[in-house]
Amino acid sequence: MPHTRSRIRSFLRPVTVSEPARALFRPPFRNYQFDSTYDEMFEAPGVPRPHYQALFQTLLELPAEEMRKTQQAADLSFLHQGITFTVYGNDEGTEKVFPNDLLPRIIPHQEWRKIEAGLTQRMTALNLFLEDVYHRGRILADGIVPRELVYSCRHFRREMRNLTVPRGIYVSICGTDLVRLPDGSFAVLEDNLRVPSGVSYMLANRKVLKKVFPTLFRDYGVCPVDHYAQALLATLRALSPLQSTTRHEPTVVLLTPGVFNSAYFEHTFLAQQMGIELVEGRDLLVHDNVVYMRTTAGLKRVDVIYRRVDDDFLDPLCFRRDSNLGVPGLFNAYRAGSVVLANAVGTGVADDKAVYAYVPAIIRYYLGEEPILPNVTTYLLTDRAQRTYVLEHMEELVVKAVGESGGYGMLIGPHSSAEQREEFRQRIEAEPRNYIAQPTLALSRAPCFLEGEAQARHVDLRPYILYGENVTLVPGGLTRVALRRGSLVVNSSQGGGSKDTWVLRA
Amino acid sequence: MNYRSGTTMLSRVADSLYWMSRYLERAEHTARLIDVDFELRLDQSPEAAAGRWQRLLEALNAPAPKDGDIDATTLTHILALDRGNSSSILSCVTAARENLRQVREQCSSAMWEQLNRLYLQVNSTTAGEAWLLHSYVFFRAVRDGAHLFHGVTDSTMSHGEGWQYIQLGRFVERTDAVARLIGAYLSRLPYSAGQSDQAVESEEYLEWVGLLKSCAAFEAYCKKHTADLRPLRVAEFLLLNPEFPHSVRFSVDKVHTALRAIADMTERKAEQPVRLAGRLGASLSFSQIDEVMASGASAFVDSIRQQCAQAHTAIHQIYFDYPVETALA
Repeated sequence: MPHTRSRIRSFLRPVTVSEPARALFRPPFRNYQFDSTYDEMFEAPGVPRPHYQALFQTLLELPAEEMRKTQQAADLSFLHQGITFTVYGNDEGTEKVFPNDLLPRIIPHQEWRKIEAGLTQRMTALNLFLEDVYHRGRILADGIVPRELVYSCRHFRREMRNLTVPRGIYVSICGTDLVRLPDGSFAVLEDNLRVPSGVSYMLANRKVLKKVFPTLFRDYGVCPVDHYAQALLATLRALSPLQSTTRHEPTVVLLTPGVFNSAYFEHTFLAQQMGIELVEGRDLLVHDNVVYMRTTAGLKRVDVIYRRVDDDFLDPLCFRRDSNLGVPGLFNAYRAGSVVLANAVGTGVADDKAVYAYVPAIIRYYLGEEPILPNVTTYLLTDRAQRTYVLEHMEELVVKAVGESGGYGMLIGPHSSAEQREEFRQRIEAEPRNYIAQPTLALSRAPCFLEGEAQARHVDLRPYILYGENVTLVPGGLTRVALRRGSLVVNSSQGGGSKDTWVLRA
Repeated sequence: MNYRSGTTMLSRVADSLYWMSRYLERAEHTARLIDVDFELRLDQSPEAAAGRWQRLLEALNAPAPKDGDIDATTLTHILALDRGNSSSILSCVTAARENLRQVREQCSSAMWEQLNRLYLQVNSTTAGEAWLLHSYVFFRAVRDGAHLFHGVTDSTMSHGEGWQYIQLGRFVERTDAVARLIGAYLSRLPYSAGQSDQAVESEEYLEWVGLLKSCAAFEAYCKKHTADLRPLRVAEFLLLNPEFPHSVRFSVDKVHTALRAIADMTERKAEQPVRLAGRLGASLSFSQIDEVMASGASAFVDSIRQQCAQAHTAIHQIYFDYPVETALA
């Protein structure tokens, strides 16, 4: 039965709970786990939130067999399209399909507006922070952020001191991880300011979901995300050093570490969608501080590099000497201003997990505003009192290494063994600057279609933010899912999957 | 004429497209040869079949097995599914796909999906007795997969520079492979000048049918010369026919066309490869088959392959791996 707009409206009427709660969970929700954890779909047992009502109704009417077939078809289409990520340390079959769940995660317009405002504010402040710490260092002199915290950060690049980047924008492409606090409001868990990935899955998921729920999709009035590649290209072009010179259009390229990188699919996908060259380090060369790519028609000058290679591997003459992925001389050309790198070098200092604790202060300092999106409580282990507290409560907390990402270097207290806790205790005491601790968050749960029925799984949200002419977000993002029952880790390398995110129109 | 419209092609990308195409052509060729051989073996006495393995191995440039006596199952396995053999069908399809994967943003999604599907299918085939029974399905799938890929390529990819490298790879490979195949046949059938070109006897007849079918040429040949098989005509058809897509002359012409187009598009002074391919094409178009046979067919075929290899080297040096100094000057 087609869902019409008016039908969805009618669901907005308040629902009264009269039957016993349990009975309200009808198939495919029969075994749905519902407790004090915030649930994206249900506000009470068997009672969906208003914006989930239409999806809920569709699922009740849809035979499970049909859903299973659809899921299989979707999996196969992902495999055939080669939408995969690479698993390291495995000889054969190194590519895995990134699991995709068919049930969309739905975000009402009002909620999105707040996310958008909060992330724009954060992105602006973090760029001002980077500009400041690599130049005058006012925020350090004023004692808002401790000087030693910045200078001891592994990702701080002194090579960037007093180097002026175009428009003063250090981070042009960012993917920020949001989670729900127990009261249902969003908070920032992590800023990814170096080379955030996953945006291609956001686009691929959308493509699949439009095929699976065409009518539902149309009736819901979902904001489109398909223009992301275009927006990204516009962002990169805005950074070009030659806005007003004789040459018409800047040459933008995407620098990939190569086919063995776990996000290689995404690199090819974005390059194709933007219509720019996908280059590897060996395709580029630097001559007289100008970067060229080697083409069949001879050498061609490159103006902007969207690099998906980490700082460390960019230039063997400047950073790691053993890097085969980079371009010798690239950093000198960058310093000379003849080429732009996006993101800039050294942005990792602002997504260090210990600096993260200061982001609310950073926002207040530069913008004179209160943060719209709060941080998650964070304990700094360099502080004696906080460290003592953390060491006494390790089985309740999550301990994270400050410079890591991808779910590596993490201790989840409630799921840890005594040996693991002891190991982390020693590491913390040896290098307190390298770790932070946070309360174990009960990430919100959303229904996923698994084993022929709807099951509740923990999710987070990673919207993608661009900063060229100004800060923009495509309405949506990657909802990552911890597919293992009870698991809180959503990273693709650790058994996570993803689902489409529907931001509703006003 | 200047086709160039501000498009750029990385040397690495051109290299990958070229090799992707060569590997796929090789896989298709190998599949056809083994399949034809399989079918022929059923019609022949075991004695006649014995010498043919060697010829097959020679035609495919595969190493002779260590122990001289080897059964069909093992040999087919080596040629089709052995990961250790770098020119087995499986290895070739894998290499083709790996090359395309490295440049997949350069091709259409449909092309990538088609080649990926072929790879998944070939990769999931396991050897064994049961496989041998249904191997024709496998060979058929490889051929169909390659045909489909080229069909999809022609109708979904711009016929620009990248497409030209795909053509180039395909026809350089085909020139070499067909020439080698003809060489392997002719070296076993002594021909003396002045010998009359007679219809062949029944046992031998099957051999010549095999050669034609290995080039997908049996039907096309019959259309032109009827089913009356004569060695000279067969050799002429496969070497010198200008219209049949698996003939050497046709392939060389395609190589020449692709090289001229690329030279125009890149605006690079690239006389060397164009000249080599043009000269080879001219010599094929002005050759007569009885002269060729009289002066030694093997030598003729070898010289074709040599010139083809020279063109390959020249392409490599001009478009894929040129010294930086020459480009900056």
